[in-house]
Parts: sequence; structure tokens; C-alpha cells
Amino acid sequence: MNLEFSPEEVAFRAEVRAFIEENYPEELKDMGSREDLTRDQFLAWHKVLGKKGWAAPAWPEKYGGTGWTSTQRYIWSEENARVDAMMPLPFGVSMVAPVIYTFGNEEQKARYLPKILSGEEWWCQGYSEPGAGSDLASLKTTAVRDGDHYVINGQKTWTTLAQHADWGFFLCRTDPNAAKPQEGISFILVDMNTPGIEVRPIITIDGGHEVNEVWLTDVRVPVENRVGEENQGWTYAKFLLAHERSGIAGVARSKRGIERLRDIASTELLEGEPLIKDDSFARKISQLEIDLTALEFTELRTLARESEGKGPGPESSILKVKGTEIQQRLTELTLEAVGSYGAPYFRGFPEDGSNEFPIGPDYAHHAGPNYFNFRKTSIYGGSNEIQRNIITKMILGL
Amino acid sequence: MDFNFTEEQTMIRDSLARLIREQYDFDTRMGVVKSESGWRPEMWAQFAELGLLMAPFSEEDGGLGGDPIDSMVVMEEFGKGLVVEPFVPSVVCAGGFLKHAGTAAQKEEHLQAIMGGASTFAFAYAEPRGRYNLADLETTAKKDGSGYVLNGHKSVVIGAPWADKLVVTARTGGDRRDAGGISVFIVDKGADGVTTRDYPTVDGRRASEVYLENVSVGAGALIGAEGEGLPLIEQVVDEATAATCAEAVGAMGVAHQMTVEYSRQRKQFGTPIGKFQVLQHRMVDMFMEHEQSISMTYMATLKLGEDAVERKKAASAAKVRIGQSGRFVGQESIQIHGGMGMTEELAVGHYFKRLTMIDSEFGNVDHHMRRYTELSATDLKAAAE
Repeated sequence: MNLEFSPEEVAFRAEVRAFIEENYPEELKDMGSREDLTRDQFLAWHKVLGKKGWAAPAWPEKYGGTGWTSTQRYIWSEENARVDAMMPLPFGVSMVAPVIYTFGNEEQKARYLPKILSGEEWWCQGYSEPGAGSDLASLKTTAVRDGDHYVINGQKTWTTLAQHADWGFFLCRTDPNAAKPQEGISFILVDMNTPGIEVRPIITIDGGHEVNEVWLTDVRVPVENRVGEENQGWTYAKFLLAHERSGIAGVARSKRGIERLRDIASTELLEGEPLIKDDSFARKISQLEIDLTALEFTELRTLARESEGKGPGPESSILKVKGTEIQQRLTELTLEAVGSYGAPYFRGFPEDGSNEFPIGPDYAHHAGPNYFNFRKTSIYGGSNEIQRNIITKMILGL
Repeated sequence: MDFNFTEEQTMIRDSLARLIREQYDFDTRMGVVKSESGWRPEMWAQFAELGLLMAPFSEEDGGLGGDPIDSMVVMEEFGKGLVVEPFVPSVVCAGGFLKHAGTAAQKEEHLQAIMGGASTFAFAYAEPRGRYNLADLETTAKKDGSGYVLNGHKSVVIGAPWADKLVVTARTGGDRRDAGGISVFIVDKGADGVTTRDYPTVDGRRASEVYLENVSVGAGALIGAEGEGLPLIEQVVDEATAATCAEAVGAMGVAHQMTVEYSRQRKQFGTPIGKFQVLQHRMVDMFMEHEQSISMTYMATLKLGEDAVERKKAASAAKVRIGQSGRFVGQESIQIHGGMGMTEELAVGHYFKRLTMIDSEFGNVDHHMRRYTELSATDLKAAAE
């Protein structure tokens, strides 16, 4: 056991750091945790990485992955977190793509993967429904075979950034008479410009428009857009969820967040002294940082196991639960640190439309909305209670 | 980065696990704990025979060429078996002082005896009014010719009833709580002026109050430089902290396993209680605490060789996490076992007690939280300059 980086890894860090410094878009620095970016802003870094061949380090090399070791990937995420980079969104690169290259046919791989890699096509996820949240298998959206097409009817919800999406991957019921709810579901790729699709915004408690309802009425989709076998979609959906969990710890980003929190607490005053000198506040930061260290080493242990060829297993549920608890605690402490200036609401103000928000320090503007927004993290990707159910079943065997 | 154990480490783990399984079952342990001496010197001899006591020492010093990872492996197994014998006091602490600062003569005389199991040491650092501050010493060592005369009262010296020698921290200069003026001595427990009051601890071990009254030691008893002992003591205590964290990891794992197993057997309302989601999620939380504790123990152990600030922060971070996790896992183990968890007859309660006492060894959660926070502030200052 040792924590040393090899000379090659040290050189790799220098290389990626230099690349990020030279190429990361200036206007996006420290904007990575914001959800109110334009489509172009979301895609700016992705497109640079696409050209460089670094947009999807985790993919197999033959589809455009980088072939990096798990340690290199760890270094890569740390270096991006230093500038709080807006990384490629997960829906294409880390969610649908692994399903396509694992279960899709050659035509599908050739058609979809290159444009996911380049950032040319934006993907969204059609999983949850009003009546199917944690109990995802109870979904009701149907896809009925009509010649060479499926005709899809139903409603999806919580569809993140669907307002920008070119494509969506949808779970639809293709066999309503299957014995179990998990059977009879298919995994279908849908062009979001197909007639019959309506995307309606959902405004969340932070005031942002991040998620949507997607209504599907007689949407005709070619049968060749189905990935894998008909009625086997649940298997692919579960595979995808395990992949989704492994990237969700967000260690490097939370480290950066703690640095930022320390900066804020060094600027804010309490009785004329920096807030960070207050024992009770300083210890809250310490606790958070200690918990993050534990998570970091748990992730490193998981990566080490993965690099021995063991894929992400139920342990990744720990990363999801602890990672999101820490992210939430970070937004909570940041809001606490900014004090009263957490109150002013910047959206739509000032009314002259200028970008300058004149009230309070810059670092306070998003503290409230970020805190509100991050309550989502313990709900999405399989709620933290569902993660505990997974560990109960898969690890404790109860 | 590498999280694999070497072949030697795996061998140590396997042979120690087998020995504990065969000769350290729960009933045997309870018999030993209740016996007059409270330990088994013959067990210690077997540990020596397996090479455990020399594992973390360099080949130059006559050891097996291992490092703190070896101590981590040993202590995790000790934790699983609730082993009472004094690996941390004798091997990690006394051995650590000698390894880092012992002269050739001191190593020859003492380290060989520790590694061979012929001699066991206890580490007398704590004092009744010092709490967890290693520098808060009222014990004094006054220069007397070429040697020293020691006076003072050392509290809760774990393993002292079984030891023939003590490592004692004392003030050779400076004021109470000063960083300077602290020295480390080897004191023969049989020396004139040393008296002990021996007693059992709540978690099945033995300890002593050690009174030093005009105890004379020679110049050769001093380990390291006079008056400059604190950095050495901190280094050794961080190593002992990491090893103790490993012990807690072992104990937590067993307490959790026992609880999951019990929840499978125990039926109420016509169904195994392990089918109740409220208990399932709590056992998942125990599992996660255990996993985080493993991670922290690796982290702290692997950082023992780094610069002092990084090493101290790592040890304190680990001890905070282990203190919190140990409490949670211990308490929930009892709760989920219900009334049975309250009985002396069941092993789980003894894991709970050991986990509870580990928090107060080498500094509890609050102590290490304070230390970590102060070190973070030092770090920031350094970064600003």
C-alpha cells in the first residue's frame, strides 16, 4: 500500500493542468455548479474536450475513451475541479453511451456515440413518471408496435435539461401483460423533435428551470431505435443506474467547494474577527472535511477494485449516499456563512436586465438557491433510501 | 497509488486470524479476562513466534522489514478477536520510541526484548490533570549527576500490570503545558520508588496508576534529546492512534456482522426482525460507518511518514471519524440485539465496550476535532504567507 504517484502520473497531472489552463473558457470559470447556463455555455468545455479526445475518459478506447488508468481519471477530475469546470453532462456521456456500447448494435454505436463524444447532440433521460419515482418499474408510458414503428404515449417527469435536448432515452412498457412489472419494459431512443412531444418546464424551489415534464402523444419512433432486446429494458436501466452512481460522489468538486467555503468564512466577520476563527463554525468545516476525506478514500478503494476488473457494484451506493450528504452539507454551510446576504434574490433583478447584481458580496448570490437546489441530490439517481435498500439486499443479504 | 497488501502482510493476517480463531474464542477470552493476571503470557509468546512483534521493524533493527501497515493488519485482527494483549503499548509505542530515537545500545537492550516477546512495555504518558494534552505534564525528571530523578503520577497506564518496563514522559524543563522541556525515559517497573495500583478496565483489560517517587535512572534511560521529546511523542502517539483505529475497524466489523446475523435469526411479529426496513437501513448505516472507518484508517496509516502537519491532520481526522463511527456502530449493535445485547453472556456487548473505550484512548473526538481545526488554521496561515 502507498499513496505515491508515479513519475508518469505526476507528468500526466502537469499535462492536463496545462491543457485546462490554456483551454478552459474564461467566462465559465467558477460557474460549474450553476444550473442557469445557456446551451452554449453548458457545451463549451465539452466541445473542447471532444476535439482533444478527452470527453469520455471512462469509455472503452475503441469507442473514443482515453484508456486512462483509474488513478489518471482521479487526477483528471481533481484538475477540473480546481477551476470548477463545467464537465460534459452525464446524460449522454455517462448514462446512455455505456448502454449503447454495451447492449446496442453496430449501427447504433456508429450513429450515436460520435455525436455524444463531440457534444453535437444533447441527451435527456426519460425514466421517472408522475406515478413512478422510486418505484420506477411501475412506469406506465407505453410503446405499441405498429409496423416498423413504436407508437409512444405517456408522460415523463423530472427530465433534466430536456429543454435543450436533441435526443432522449426512454423506458416504455412494450408488454402490458408481463408477469412482473420489471418485465415488459424496453429501452428506446427518441428524437426529441418528433411530432407529439411536448416539453413543459417545472420551476423548482430555487427558482430555476432545470427539470421538465415531457408529454408524449402518439409519438412514432422507428423500431430500430430500441436498444437491445424488446422487454429487456429493465436490465439496461439497472446497468445504467450503477454507472450513474459511481460518478456521483463528486469528491474533487466538494474539495473545491470547501476551499471556497473557507475563503468566504475568512472574509465574513463575526465580532470583528473572521468567521473562520469562530470555534463552532471552524469545527463544522472540519467535520465536513473529515467526512469528505473518508469518502475520498472509499472512492479510491472502489477505483482500485474497479481497475482490477471488478465493475461498479453495490458499494457505489455508499458513494452516492455519502457524496450527496456532503454536497448538501456544503451548500448548507455556505448559506450559513454568508449570513443575511443569503436572502436577496437575484433572478430577474435588477429589472433593467443588466447582469450585475448589486446587492451583497458576489459569493452570496447563489448560496440560497444552491442550497435549495441541492436538496435534489439525495432524491435523484435512486433516492438515498433506495440506495440503502440496494445495500440491504445486495451486501447485507437481508 | 496502491491499496493492495503485500504477500507477507496477507500471511500475517491469515496466520493471526487462524490463531485467534483456534485459541482466542469468546469463552476463552472471558476466562482470561476474569483470571488473576488478566492476560496470557503464553499467547504473547505465540505472537512473538509468528513474528508479529517484529513485523513493523526494519531488518537493520532485527525486524522483518515491515512498516505501519503491518501494525494495522495485526491490530485489525486483534480488534476482531477482542485481544487484550498489549501490542500497541509494547510494540507500537515503546518499539516506536526506540525505532525513531533509540541509540544502538538502547535498541540492543530493549528493542530485541520487545520483538522477541521477552519483555513487555507500557506507555505511561497520561496524567490525572492533563486530559489528552501530551505536553500537560506535572511529572518531573531532575538532572542528578549523569542521570535523572523522576517524580510524579501517571494515570490509566494500559497494560502496566503485565509490563516489566515503562516508557515515561516527564518534564526536564519549562512550565506545565510548554512544548519544550519534555523528555522520554525508560523506567524499570521494579526500580526503587515505583509503585503501582493495578486494576481491571471496563473493557476487559488491565491498567495501573503509576506513582514515581524519587526514582533514579541512568543517562542511558533517556530516549532522544533531553527537553525535545514532544515531537517524538506526537509521532509515536499518531502511530498508536492509527493502530488503534485499525483495532476499532476490526471490532466494528464483527459487531456489525453479529447484528446482521442476529436480525436474521430473531423473530418478532412472526417475522425475522431483519425484514423490517427501519432496522435494515440502520444496519446499512452501520455498514457505511464501518467502510468509512476502514478508509480513514488506511489514510492515516499511509500518511504516517508525511510531514508533521499532514501526518497529524490525518491521524486526528481518522480518530474523529473512528470515534463517531465506533459509537454509532456500538450503540446500534446493542439496540438491534434488544435485551440480549444487554447481557454479559453475549459477545456483542463486549465489542460495544471496547469501541467505547477506544474513543478515549490517545484523545477523543472533541480533542482531535480541536487539533484538526487548529492545524487547518496553521495550514491556511502558511498558505497565505
